[in-house]
Amino acid sequence: MDPVLTARIAKPGSRGIDGYVADGGYGAWKKVLSEGWTPERLTEEVKKSGLRGRGGAGFPTGVKWGFIPKDTKGKPVYLLCNADESEPGTFKDRLLMEKDPHQVVEGVILSAYAIKCRDAYIYIRGEFYDGARILEAAVAEAYAQGLLGEKIFGSAYSLDLTVHRGAGAYICGEETGLIESLEGKRGQPRIKPPFPAVSGVFGAPTIVNNVETLACVVHIVNRGAEWFAKIGRNEKNTGPKLYCLSGQVNRPGVYEAALGLQLKDLIFGDAYGRGMKDGRKVKAVIPGGASANMLTAAEIEDCPLDFDGVAAKGSMLGSAAIIVMNEDTCIVDAARNLSKFFSHESCGQCTPCREGTPWLHKVLDRIEEGAGRPEDIALLERICNQMANGMTICVFADAAIAGPLSSVKKFADEYRHHVENKRCLVGPRAEAAAVTV
Amino acid sequence: MSHTRYRVQEAGAPRPFPPEAMARIEKILKRYPTKQAALLPVLWVAQETWGWVSKESAEEVARLLGLPVSHVDGVLTFYTMYNLRPVGKHLLQFCTSISCHLAGAGRLVARCEKRLGIGLEETTADGKFTLLEVECIAGCDRAPSMMINDAYHEPMDEKKLDDLLDRLGRES
Repeated sequence: MDPVLTARIAKPGSRGIDGYVADGGYGAWKKVLSEGWTPERLTEEVKKSGLRGRGGAGFPTGVKWGFIPKDTKGKPVYLLCNADESEPGTFKDRLLMEKDPHQVVEGVILSAYAIKCRDAYIYIRGEFYDGARILEAAVAEAYAQGLLGEKIFGSAYSLDLTVHRGAGAYICGEETGLIESLEGKRGQPRIKPPFPAVSGVFGAPTIVNNVETLACVVHIVNRGAEWFAKIGRNEKNTGPKLYCLSGQVNRPGVYEAALGLQLKDLIFGDAYGRGMKDGRKVKAVIPGGASANMLTAAEIEDCPLDFDGVAAKGSMLGSAAIIVMNEDTCIVDAARNLSKFFSHESCGQCTPCREGTPWLHKVLDRIEEGAGRPEDIALLERICNQMANGMTICVFADAAIAGPLSSVKKFADEYRHHVENKRCLVGPRAEAAAVTV
Repeated sequence: MSHTRYRVQEAGAPRPFPPEAMARIEKILKRYPTKQAALLPVLWVAQETWGWVSKESAEEVARLLGLPVSHVDGVLTFYTMYNLRPVGKHLLQFCTSISCHLAGAGRLVARCEKRLGIGLEETTADGKFTLLEVECIAGCDRAPSMMINDAYHEPMDEKKLDDLLDRLGRES
């Protein structure tokens, strides 16, 4: 597949509007206006494309847009671009925003038009200082050329777009956490329903879409829903996808391929990861960011990287963050690290999550440090089962137990070895500790 | 969430925004239907003006936006990027999340602690460096990743870190 979303990123001056327009940029927006597309037609086109959200949940984008009530009772409709990319292992949106910001802006404009939005915001995580500066420059250029603002190109449509910076909180990537944060509050997720499409930011109908999702819309308009739907493994998993490959591989990076790329091809293929660093063996792979269940080396066989392919393996594609761990990685140490993240990032709203995440971290820490108790392994499972599956307002707790619980189940021997021998089974600490015992 | 984030500290002097910052705030307010929605951006202006957000700046922001000070405090202590006390000229932020961890981020932090003689969330006596561990900053393909103030330095290694600390340490 020829690159679609990343076609321009390596070009010199890829950020500027002149280069973007020279490559056909804003052609989709001009097409929609000049051909007189209605918002409904645009939504229909996106529905037909099969586009599913690229932020993690994989919900069909056009269907989501369709949830905006026909009669909003005089309330404005808001579009929020979720650029709060914070899932450990994920770095694709950063690339899109830093290297081809106008593609993102055009995606926002088209999607805003589809849902009859007058004011759109790009909520970008605070750490992306460069990304925010680059996007702000792009938005200013778009205003200067009349692509944004009042009565765009003489049409009846007006749109304002604001880049809004977060300030360090993973949970603001959760759509209702993002909404709370944009309203100037702590980013604590809301109980659903009401869903944002009915009552979101400022009490008005709101759509939250990921950066990559919005960028896809540009190409759906340009090349048509049928073209988009033909890319990908099947009709439920369509379009190009950005895969974030990191961990102990030879060539980590963002790789674009049709949805459904084989996991092993991503790790070992010449066009992608080019195999394991130092020729080590794969031990475990996290296929969808820190929130996804780990897969064993056996499970990565025949694993298409799309929403349903990874789900069939008992994990999830999530944000398509593939983190590869080799045979020398201590799995307890990896789980401890994942639990540190979730312990740090829990918003503190729901007790099972606020108390459970640091507890998980504490137990994993003592197992890893050789102070584990025989009952700790059962304790880990018990804590996990009490935190998730509907015990909390959002799915953060479900995400927090994924790494620890899947690793306890799949690498039980390694956990037992820690508890029984007070040291790691593999890795540098296995040998160092063995000398002193 | 670290214990240092529970309290907003006093600067010991009132914090009226300088005219340039006020002009930015006026512009920001025009972008939102409520004043409260401008809170995060205005707190950024405060931090960019003084380098951190004191109790007095929080009170000034609350007054400008018509919000209870307790609300502003609640927001400040929630978001980890607002500095609740003065920080060094160079804010060293090491990512220690999974991909960076697998690439040896822990060793870099330990080396940095040893070289600077400070622990996490501490500032050197000369006020040059503050050391922080941060969670995933989306630099996983260039692990271990780190930021100094608003700029990425990735991939980082021990040699590069030594050179950086030497260079920044020499600057007046």
